[in-house]
Amino acid sequence: MIEFFKLKKDIPFMRYGRVTTTISLLTFILAIWALTVKGLNFGVDFTGGTVLEVAYSQPAQIDHIRHALEKTGLTEITVQNFGSARDVLIRLPNKAGMTGSQASEQIMAALRADATQVELKRVDFIGPQVGKELYESGALALLVVCLGIMVYLAMRFQWKFALAAIVANMHDVVIILGCFAFFQWEFSLTVLAGVLAILGYSVNESVVVFDRIRENLRKMRNTSIPDIIDNAITTTMSRTVITHAMTQTMVLSMLFFGGEALHYFALALTIGILFGIYSSVLVASPIVLWLGVSREDFIKPAKPDAEANADGAVV
Amino acid sequence: MNRYPLWKYVVVGVAMVLALLYTLPNFFGEVPAVQIQPTRATQKADPALMRQVETLLGQAGLRADGLSLDAHSLKARFADTDSQIKAKDVLQTALGANYTVALNLLPASPQWLTSIGALPMYLGLDLRGGVHFLLQVDMPKALEKSAERYQNDIRSRLREKKVRYAGIGREGTAVELRFQDAAIRDQARREIESGFPELELSDGTRGAEQVLTAVLSKPAQIKTQEFALQQNLTTLRNRVNELGVAEPVIQQQGVDRVVVQLPGVQDTAKAKEILGRTATLEIRLVDEEVMQDPARVQAATTGNLPFGDELYYERNGMPVLVKKTVALTGEYITDAQPGFDSQTSQAAVHVNLDGRGAIIFKNVTRENVGKRMAILLVEKGRAEVITAPVIREEIGGGRVQITGMDSPQEASDVSLLLRAGALAAPMEIVEERTVGPSMGADNIAKGFHSNIWGFIAVAAFMIFYYRVFGLFSVAALAANGLLLVAILSLLQATLTLPGMAAIALTLGMAIDANVLINERIREELRNGSSPQAAISAGYERAFGTILDSNITTFIAGIALFWLGSGPVRGFAVVLCLGILTSIFSAVTISRALVNLTYGRQARVAKLII
Repeated sequence: MIEFFKLKKDIPFMRYGRVTTTISLLTFILAIWALTVKGLNFGVDFTGGTVLEVAYSQPAQIDHIRHALEKTGLTEITVQNFGSARDVLIRLPNKAGMTGSQASEQIMAALRADATQVELKRVDFIGPQVGKELYESGALALLVVCLGIMVYLAMRFQWKFALAAIVANMHDVVIILGCFAFFQWEFSLTVLAGVLAILGYSVNESVVVFDRIRENLRKMRNTSIPDIIDNAITTTMSRTVITHAMTQTMVLSMLFFGGEALHYFALALTIGILFGIYSSVLVASPIVLWLGVSREDFIKPAKPDAEANADGAVV
Repeated sequence: MNRYPLWKYVVVGVAMVLALLYTLPNFFGEVPAVQIQPTRATQKADPALMRQVETLLGQAGLRADGLSLDAHSLKARFADTDSQIKAKDVLQTALGANYTVALNLLPASPQWLTSIGALPMYLGLDLRGGVHFLLQVDMPKALEKSAERYQNDIRSRLREKKVRYAGIGREGTAVELRFQDAAIRDQARREIESGFPELELSDGTRGAEQVLTAVLSKPAQIKTQEFALQQNLTTLRNRVNELGVAEPVIQQQGVDRVVVQLPGVQDTAKAKEILGRTATLEIRLVDEEVMQDPARVQAATTGNLPFGDELYYERNGMPVLVKKTVALTGEYITDAQPGFDSQTSQAAVHVNLDGRGAIIFKNVTRENVGKRMAILLVEKGRAEVITAPVIREEIGGGRVQITGMDSPQEASDVSLLLRAGALAAPMEIVEERTVGPSMGADNIAKGFHSNIWGFIAVAAFMIFYYRVFGLFSVAALAANGLLLVAILSLLQATLTLPGMAAIALTLGMAIDANVLINERIREELRNGSSPQAAISAGYERAFGTILDSNITTFIAGIALFWLGSGPVRGFAVVLCLGILTSIFSAVTISRALVNLTYGRQARVAKLII
């Protein structure tokens, strides 16, 4: 039997609570700082505007292209390399009185006039209204996912767990967003999808640990709560690391082979998975502890406890 | 304890055979084909067309590898793209305007697979290349247009009933009538109420005059908007047919938007031009009274327009003053064909009007013999007078010939526009996503490689770490991938690049279930359980956790599907389906394999895990 995690004794994770919380808090504050100071670099999906991706048969001369585009009379055009030296990304914002669908045609005409060997690979034009809607429905989706997961966990476990899980995972989401803000990576619709998927996925982790905590609460009658949590984390440790390593392997494969289109998506997932391990173990569990989880939350006391029922605890 | 009843093995077996069958078409690739489709819904693709196409191809020395006929179209397969393109040209010229001839790709899978409904996955535009447009219908314009129609209808009704109104005008979407006294207003109110129950009327006064304002009631407004959207959809379908696209998607989205997807279309400029054209025909009378006075025409050209008139220039540069009131619009046109005037052999468009249009046209021509009638082509809010002939006599029967076009080509363009119908309200492109064909193929390769290399790495680790049970897990994972692709093919759900990423992601997450099970079995073994008991307990205990952990991801998937659009929706579909298949494969299929291996042995000395 090959085992990476031969742990004879439980690791006293809860004793490190203060340290891990401080680390979490610091990264969290850093992420918030990046978000407020730098802000997210929203892609065209959310801001509206036009993006063209073109490929030249020769390495593209950006300055030359920029110059050629100036003749169209369109302003605020940014031209940059994308992926390889022959691929060029051209962006322009939405302008009043000028529909983007015309702008892309104008740009292509100018490029074709300038160099014959240019191929249009992709155009995205998002009108201002649509961009705003995508932004709103994206934010709504985030909210719905959070609420859905909380309701489910509250039903399946108990509200303390639901709250802890969502705090831990929002912490992940904020850190992913913080990274995107800090490095000014482009935040597109696909990245948002990745963030939401990781939110659902990371909760898995907390669920597995919570499952064990619940099991231990019933089995280990004479053990203190912190020890029970330590045991739950230690016994699920192997599974946690292997599962995440497997998912991460797939994501790395996407990062290496998926090309530019999946690059930031895979990056978001990578950050999400790495912090997912950390947060579900070292953020969610201490929160559960602080919220005062007790055996009575899961084992019905002799006298009926109206409060526990009101909380929606299901045994 | 580790034995499945026979039926469970049968279920797993059948599921795997079906999965294999329905995954199969994805490996055959596609062959070039030409799709022939009648332009009118009333016409059908029939065996006669098939014979005709066969003869035409034979004459051109081309041979189709197969002709297949379905309810809407005839498809001819070819060995290579060269003969495909030649065949398209041959058929296009021979069949003429009544048929749309488009290039297409057909699955190359054998007939028996196609006949059981096994088709390759439906690729989204980001994988196959093409254009996606989201068009927004200008609803306020649609309401204004309908108010304009009511203004005309009310005017004629009041005239008919001899109700003497002092004036009629339109303010946005409200029609305003003015009267000398309240008695006439009440009479008018009764007439309008009985004639147009869908209007809401309100009284008012302006100075000495009594005013009656008519607006569309809320339900009628909604109906008008629905009608406008439906008409625009129909018009777009007609126009797209003219473009010759093999499998266009034209769908309503929300209350005022239309999605148009044109796979394979590269000439986006042409597509945009044809879709965006809002050309409609308007027939209005020339204000002869003013036109007879050169001084007033002169004044008009310098900006001093007579009331109720608009100034246009004819093609020869002569100014012409046209009344604002529209006598007839393009809505009544049933057909328009290019042709030539029989006498002058000038390029012309022959227009057929429907019954109501024919009556209106007859009345207008009868009442205005000797006067001039301007035929305007209105495009993007700009009207152009094509011609302004003198009405020589009453024209009945609804057949109108329009001359004044510069060339046969223009006549053909104008007739196309008129035939394709007018848009009930202008539309604007609010979203466009174009993907070039090379980019599409690129994306498929990238998505495929992400999956295959990820899978190999995961498989290698699982077998290294869990040995025999790792092998079971990998088999279950492979089965999961197969099932997922089979379901996607069967449902013909749109596969996008994010969808391919979701396949990779679900595979990466699906292994979680097997890791959970394997770890549980190890734990049971450590706690001293017998191998058989460990297997049984491992699967049972892990199941609850697997379910819990998948449900949360499922919630995220559902929310994404509900609120996402386009590619993100593709991601969500695959994510949700992948979770369902992974629960089945990780639990049932891997258990079946374990049971087959160990279940029959009375005593298992050691598990290799």
